[in-house]
Amino acid sequence: MATLLSLPFGFAVAYIMTYKKTRGMVVLDVLVNLPLTLPPVVVGYLLLLLLGQNGLIGKWILQPLGIKLIFTWKAAVIATAVVGFPLMVRSIRTGMEAIDERLIQASRTLGAGWLDTIITVILPLSFRGVLAGSILMFARGLGEFGATIIVAGNIPGVTQTIPLAIYEYVSSPSGDAIAMSLCIVSITISVIVLVFHEWLSRRIVRAD
Amino acid sequence: MELYFDAQKKLNKFFLDMNFTIEGDRIGIFGPSGCGKSTLVGLIAGLHHPDRGLIRVNGQAVFDSTEKVNIPVEHRRIGMVFQRPHLFPHLSVKANLLYGYKRCAPGERKITLENLVDVLQIGDLLHRGVNNLSGGEKQRVAIGRAVLSNPRMLILDEPLSALDLSLKFQIIPFLKKSCEAFSIPYLFISHSLTEMRIMTDRVLSVVDGRVSGLMTAEELARDAMGKGPVPYVNLLQLKGPRRIDGMQAYRWGDSELLISGNGKEQALYELLSTDIILFKRHPEAISARNLLRCRVSELFEAGSRIGVVLACGDEKLVAVIVRESVNDLDIKEGVEVYAAIKATAFRELG
Repeated sequence: MATLLSLPFGFAVAYIMTYKKTRGMVVLDVLVNLPLTLPPVVVGYLLLLLLGQNGLIGKWILQPLGIKLIFTWKAAVIATAVVGFPLMVRSIRTGMEAIDERLIQASRTLGAGWLDTIITVILPLSFRGVLAGSILMFARGLGEFGATIIVAGNIPGVTQTIPLAIYEYVSSPSGDAIAMSLCIVSITISVIVLVFHEWLSRRIVRAD
Repeated sequence: MELYFDAQKKLNKFFLDMNFTIEGDRIGIFGPSGCGKSTLVGLIAGLHHPDRGLIRVNGQAVFDSTEKVNIPVEHRRIGMVFQRPHLFPHLSVKANLLYGYKRCAPGERKITLENLVDVLQIGDLLHRGVNNLSGGEKQRVAIGRAVLSNPRMLILDEPLSALDLSLKFQIIPFLKKSCEAFSIPYLFISHSLTEMRIMTDRVLSVVDGRVSGLMTAEELARDAMGKGPVPYVNLLQLKGPRRIDGMQAYRWGDSELLISGNGKEQALYELLSTDIILFKRHPEAISARNLLRCRVSELFEAGSRIGVVLACGDEKLVAVIVRESVNDLDIKEGVEVYAAIKATAFRELG
């Protein structure tokens, strides 16, 4: 869900970063990539400060609307989305940068507006980048632990993800077998996803 | 087509500052690489925006910094053919061709796919993927795609420079035919004098982001000859050869030209002005297979050399000789001379 929700935003941010060359782009670049270098626990803590009852968004936007995010599955989705977002944006951007600028110019001179060009030229030609970015983000989301446990807790059946469950079973005296089973499930999914990603990456070729 | 341009654009260290008005349907923009030709056409098409100025196409302001007018590129109806075909790789040939057509207002769709396919002879390519086309086929489709968008004018931005010589002269007829058949005026950009003379009537010469002159393609060729060691190139469109002694004999003016090689039924040949030797009287014996009796119709200065325009019946040739030869042979307008040309001096272009 985090991957699906992030997709339109990731595409939009990648588009802006690829095609809008202005001075403020450095700030956006740093902001987007910050979760990649920050410890996930820090990201989770910052999200808690932002979305919590006394947070900027939590107090002034969410509370008046009666929305509670912290310690719900929605918080887990947000944490996963924030942590994986840079990976998605980077992949889509790589796909977009591989598109020859002349193809975009050709589209415009043939009467297509910018949105039309995005839909009919940029999206299809960066599709492999979009797909690769989505897979990378999904894979990153599978392993997400630090940010999730802080904003969503570890509530079985509600906010407990595979890594959180493994953590819990490893901590309990008789949970080794289940923890190992979950590890195998986790490894299998990751291997499948990464092999698929590698296969796709090799097929990303420069358009035209 | 009438084009008015008075605008400036700064790009890093390059500064484009041009002011010109030009009218015609076959306009050339000529200049060396990096002189600003592509920037200029990008500004006209709307791909870039001037820092300030006014650009009018057929009286309509497409950019006016004073009146805050800036018609978006997709509404300017100025089609472009680039140096490379730049076909959309994810679309078929037919979908590429129809890309602009579908985005053209129904009332302005005067050129249809059927008409275009006939002119460009691309009927058998329609359902193929663009990656399976040869270089020449790709460029024909790119021309068709731009033409089918029913533009009010076309910008041909060095569409031949990425093609090898034989392919170049295969594409030229298609390029000319499609613009002529559908009455589309064009701006043709190139740094080739030969291409300019074939494709254009009037040429805007550009140097270092500024206009250096506005002249005919013929004047441009003569001007270039005077500025450096560039020889004037005679272009001869010949047809219906007879085969004589392993050579082709083409009717040309009131003479016959003997050309070595396997000539086509119809071919374009180039002959360098420096490959023509002039004689005051009929030479006694000569190895050159062509000896034409001509009348000097014009002399022009070409730097330290003199260009001699020779009238051979209805046809004309330009020879270049040094000033001393002009004096020694007493060459002046109206006198008769003999022009000797080797059969191997002709080069087939296409």
